[in-house]
Amino acid sequence: MKHMSGTRRRVAALAALGTVAALALAGCAGSSDTGGSGDSGAAASGSLDSIKAALEKGGEITYWSWTPSAEAQVAAFEKAYPKVKVKLVNAGTSNDQYTKLQNAIKAGSGGPDVAQIEYFALPQFELTDALFDLSAYGFGDLEDDYTASTWNSVTSGDKVYGLPQDSGPMALFYNKAVFDKYDLAVPTTWDEYVADAEKLHAADPSKYITSDIGDAGFTTSMIWQAGGHPFQVDGTNVKIDLQDAGSKKWTGTWNTLVSKGLVAPIAGWSDDWFKALGNGTIATLVTGAWMPGNLESGAPDASGDWRVAPMPTYDGQPASAENGGSAQAVMKQSKNPELAAGFLWWLNNSDESISVFLQSGGFPSTTKQLQADDFLNATPEYFGGQKINEVLADAANNVVTGWQYLPFQVYANSIFGDTAGQAYADKSDLNAGLLKWQSALVDYGNQQGFSVNK
Amino acid sequence: MTAPAFARDRVGTTPLRPRRSKTLLIVMVVYAIYTLVPLVWLLVNSTKTQAGLFSSFGLWFSDDFAFWDNLVQTLTYNDGIFLRWLGNTLLYVVVGAGGATLLATLAGYGLAKYRFPGRRAVFAIVLGAVAVPGTALAVPTFLLFSQMGLTNTPWSVIIPSLISPFGLYLVWVYAADSVPTELLEAARMDGAGEFRTFFTISIRLLMPGIVTVLLFTVVATWNNYFLPLIMLSDPQWYPLTVGLNQWAAQAQGAGAQPIYNLVIMGSLLTIIPIVIAFLLLQRFWQSGLSAGSVKQ
Repeated sequence: MKHMSGTRRRVAALAALGTVAALALAGCAGSSDTGGSGDSGAAASGSLDSIKAALEKGGEITYWSWTPSAEAQVAAFEKAYPKVKVKLVNAGTSNDQYTKLQNAIKAGSGGPDVAQIEYFALPQFELTDALFDLSAYGFGDLEDDYTASTWNSVTSGDKVYGLPQDSGPMALFYNKAVFDKYDLAVPTTWDEYVADAEKLHAADPSKYITSDIGDAGFTTSMIWQAGGHPFQVDGTNVKIDLQDAGSKKWTGTWNTLVSKGLVAPIAGWSDDWFKALGNGTIATLVTGAWMPGNLESGAPDASGDWRVAPMPTYDGQPASAENGGSAQAVMKQSKNPELAAGFLWWLNNSDESISVFLQSGGFPSTTKQLQADDFLNATPEYFGGQKINEVLADAANNVVTGWQYLPFQVYANSIFGDTAGQAYADKSDLNAGLLKWQSALVDYGNQQGFSVNK
Repeated sequence: MTAPAFARDRVGTTPLRPRRSKTLLIVMVVYAIYTLVPLVWLLVNSTKTQAGLFSSFGLWFSDDFAFWDNLVQTLTYNDGIFLRWLGNTLLYVVVGAGGATLLATLAGYGLAKYRFPGRRAVFAIVLGAVAVPGTALAVPTFLLFSQMGLTNTPWSVIIPSLISPFGLYLVWVYAADSVPTELLEAARMDGAGEFRTFFTISIRLLMPGIVTVLLFTVVATWNNYFLPLIMLSDPQWYPLTVGLNQWAAQAQGAGAQPIYNLVIMGSLLTIIPIVIAFLLLQRFWQSGLSAGSVKQ
């Protein structure tokens, strides 16, 4: 079943042959040329008040998102602002949507007014000048509403390219039933984590401390936590060093796990993975704070078994990193950026919308919600009544600062498996794998007109 | 005296009573298993709940039997979007594959039975079109359609589907052999116009070839994935293939909502019509395959 999406791709021949017909028909359809040369945003001067006025005035916008709560949020919005009609489109999850977004940008039309974009992908759209700078509407004043790390992800200097939807400060999710059965201590350092991994796998070879077959998002987050700065971007000048101190710190730990076969060779988000989370095959997950809802829906069998602890560190001092999470941005293509900005402001800054978002199991990026008592005191049954949000909110405060993603991170992540991923399959040195990734990225970046490592 | 023995020998090898080959039998059994196991898997797992999928052996049933429940859920999930996708697929198949067959038949017949300047050039273009990989043209096609304002409309899927160079080539070859030129001349002598000749005489002779092309284009359009994937961004216009993939992708990332049970049931429902089409049309296809193999 995992391969379902792949097997259908071969039937692409017809797409090509169609060009002949398209050319023939161009004559007839020529008049329908929309020719929407977007001069939108030319008169972008205003404040939060002007966008609130736009909301009252009304209009129609399109919103691309795959967030499960999007539908309920849009419904609540249309109730609050009956004159605004929002067309919600799920144009695909993550990469699928970015491809479509990129196509629409290249074509000059066909894109949405507001789009969901993950933090790692934002710089790519920023740099291709596809996003509307929201500082024109005074969005810069909203800084204090968000956690430092998420605000940093949506801004570049004084420019504001989106508003954070959620955040993913990392923590250690562990299966307490498995930990109790094999007498493992909850690790606070990575050395203890490796020791637990060895003990568990020795006691029962079918059990693993975690799973990893090479995941770019996880790798970059782990290097982030270790204090690495492998990507440094200044305009079009890019420095890539996947052998800096932080990167090496992480490979030092992870090499042990991979080379000794202590991590399960199961792809994340596959049906196998959910199964392994449910039956104890995978004992821990080091991942973003948005995970609880996914565990509840994807691994219902393990209800009551899982707990949350702070992410292990190298020196025992608390440190975390962001993993995953999205912002929403207004596209430059938008014909009504004022209204789009208004919707965005309501979507990711109003209590009304955020409470809908939280109900569906999301993790907030807004400081107000992170500090709210009923949020911190929640005791979900799935986690045995533990106050997990206390641990997760604490992680949000401990995110290491100064991280940057590449301006072509979507591409970078897509080739991770072909380069660094090999090291996982061969159980060989991850440093060599990272260097392979690096050299592919340097080549690609230079080809794309960046000045990489020059 | 040798003649009867010879005759008996021959009886053993006539097509009516073929000699048995163990190797061939084994190869066919292995092949049959190879083809049928995925279908069996699909059938078995369509009876399981989301939880049952994860907690039971893949090729056997789990304790709970949720076939009907899955069926209802699949048809009603997200305001019954599955039915909408099914309708879209049918639209693309009927208009796209039907149109492709019509165009291929007309063009193939014309090229086979009429002499006109530029025939060889058309031949070269058609053969070239068969050889160009679709993926190479995907993005240019998208940009072209985008300029015409056709992306994200059903036309962006239907128009490219209308062209089937392979089907054209097949009708061409078939018409050259199965429609005797003498017959057409006789019809002309009797005063029948070209259209009348085509619709009353030629089309009957061509029928096996036409059905073959129809079957090819129906299967290709039904399974079409890449073209609608890049052309369409609004799920309201998705065909089943792209829609099911979107359901499968729901299991990924923050806020994941895995609905594997619905993906499996949806896949089962998706293949049923195409299996039926194949069973109904296969005898035509067989005769189409052997078309032109023997020169009368």
